Amino acid sequence: MTFLGMPPFPQAAREALGDTQLRRNLAHATATIRAKRAAVVAEVPEWEELRRAGAAIKDNTLRQLDRHLLRLERSLTDHGVTVHWARDAAEACDVVGRIARSHGVDEVVKVKSMATQEIGLNEALAAQGVTAWETDLAELVVQLGDDLPSHILVPAIHRNRAEIREIFLSKMEGTDPELSDEPAELAAAARRHLRQKFLSARMAVSGANFAVADTGTLVVVESEGNGRMCLTLPEILVSVVGIEKVVPTWADLDVFLQLLPRSSTGERMNPYTSTWSGVTPGDGPQEMHVVLLDNGRTRALADEIGRQALRCIRCSACLNVCPVYERTGGHAYGSVYPGPIGAILNPLLKGVGTDAQTDSLPYASSLCGACFDACPVRIDIPEVLVHLRSQVVDVRRGPRPHAEAVAMKAASWTLARSGRLRIAERVSAVFSRLGRRRLPGGRRAVTRLPWPGSLWTDARDLPAPPAESFRKWWRRDERS
Amino acid sequence: MNARDEILAAARGALAQARSEESEVPGVHRKPVKLPDLVGLFVERVADYGVVVRRCAESEVAGAIAEALADARTVAVPDGFPHPVTGPAPSGPRTADAVVTTVAIGIAETGTVVLDHGPGQGPRVFSLLPDIHVCVVRGDQIVPGVPAAIAGLDPLRAQTWISGPSATSDIELDRVEGVHGPRSLRVVVVDA
Repeated sequence: MTFLGMPPFPQAAREALGDTQLRRNLAHATATIRAKRAAVVAEVPEWEELRRAGAAIKDNTLRQLDRHLLRLERSLTDHGVTVHWARDAAEACDVVGRIARSHGVDEVVKVKSMATQEIGLNEALAAQGVTAWETDLAELVVQLGDDLPSHILVPAIHRNRAEIREIFLSKMEGTDPELSDEPAELAAAARRHLRQKFLSARMAVSGANFAVADTGTLVVVESEGNGRMCLTLPEILVSVVGIEKVVPTWADLDVFLQLLPRSSTGERMNPYTSTWSGVTPGDGPQEMHVVLLDNGRTRALADEIGRQALRCIRCSACLNVCPVYERTGGHAYGSVYPGPIGAILNPLLKGVGTDAQTDSLPYASSLCGACFDACPVRIDIPEVLVHLRSQVVDVRRGPRPHAEAVAMKAASWTLARSGRLRIAERVSAVFSRLGRRRLPGGRRAVTRLPWPGSLWTDARDLPAPPAESFRKWWRRDERS
Repeated sequence: MNARDEILAAARGALAQARSEESEVPGVHRKPVKLPDLVGLFVERVADYGVVVRRCAESEVAGAIAEALADARTVAVPDGFPHPVTGPAPSGPRTADAVVTTVAIGIAETGTVVLDHGPGQGPRVFSLLPDIHVCVVRGDQIVPGVPAAIAGLDPLRAQTWISGPSATSDIELDRVEGVHGPRSLRVVVVDA
């Protein structure tokens, strides 16, 4: 799930910040989508009510998750679907690979799916001699460019049209060298390239946005029609579904099919939504499998505060409003789940204390709260970030106190007696002259302190202490 | 323990404390909505996706369909399609330039047509492979919003919800119409 060899967030972020092309691409893309989302959300007077309904349905479902999963299993089985369970990524990839090989299939077409990204399915299938073709345009750009996804909805958001044209010319067989960088022409080139794959593939792999327990209905929400192709044309369909995707009833979809498109692409409705409840004789795949995937979800479920992250419907609204994401891009988060949701989901799925990269993610935020306001299922991401920070601190508490703990101790010693504070204030007034740079608003800031202060100033500006302390000003002001 | 039992046991273990709580689900969005001009709103919202919409009387349907098919050489007509189709030569869904279908429901607020692939709509492949999709919607099939559509549809039938032509925003989040699905959607609304 973590990109191999990924450095912790601060280091990766610094590299990303140096890439001006990336920052331009991201600023343009996120500003566009923010404006679209704001316009279609404003059209719905009961939006807040819908968000509360979405959160409540998901919470109630998660609290009875085992029951709903059993119900889902029975409904799927009743409608001719074979249900598999996978504890982790390796087990899930193994199930999909075995189904492919048992039919002698060496090529599968894929609908864009976060779950299959998360488990590294394409790489696992390749190791078993099965080629997986991504059919979503952005996923195709990422796959052909031998690149990593950087956004949940638009994995190639970091690429602009000129870069996409280059990738198509060099990596997509039979691309016309006269191809321009007009988005419509690029999309048409992808259409020609993939059409043959759709018509010849015998097996497709999808995820699902929702899985309805009492009817066994799976739902795939998409834009391009590649999903419809994959869900309709092949003989065999395997859907990898995270266990948190279950909703109890068909009626619950009326909330989510309003929340998701407006939050995600900023449309009243996405171009295509496919729903199916098992095998339809004579229409679509006649052999269907569903792989129910845990891969850390029950671990997240056990975390009382973190549990709310499992409400996530993968809309990516939190990425588009995040000031940190807008500047660093998705790669810095080192996972297929970037941005604010990734900063909580990755540590929750994997557990803190396993690696430095994961432990750095809860700090990849200024806690401004824009993500919470945008979240269609009201995940209080700042609350979970703070909670996970405390877990990271606890798990990293070694025999020797950490620099941060020492600084906090010193601060509490100083603040405990007014005499000590007075001395500290005199010293800090001297330091006020160190501020070389002006922060927005005009206050001086220190950009670099010597060690151990450098641990702080490496990634942040330190506002310089004011020349006059509050207490000094108070005394002077009272006298006059 | 096998994977199934282990996952279920882990879920039960994780939830031991939380079982008894239940969040109240607000239901304001499910209250019946009365829109003054349902058909008018549907026509406007479908057209917002760049779709050509033609509103006509029952007696004009055949003409409206023929007009929508003017640039097609061949057309796929599913079993049970209730209107006469004249002009292009009949063909199968894999080779036809265009397809004509009815719908199960139209949604006014979102400008969506929903196919449940019953008579007149054909199996899913019909409305997928041809490049032009002509959809005939009766005025009395139009509901106000998503909640009414969900309430009126049969979840056990495979469904395709269509809102405008195939599109992508994957290149710089600019909307481009026409990727894998039909590049052109044309809607005929028949006043009932």
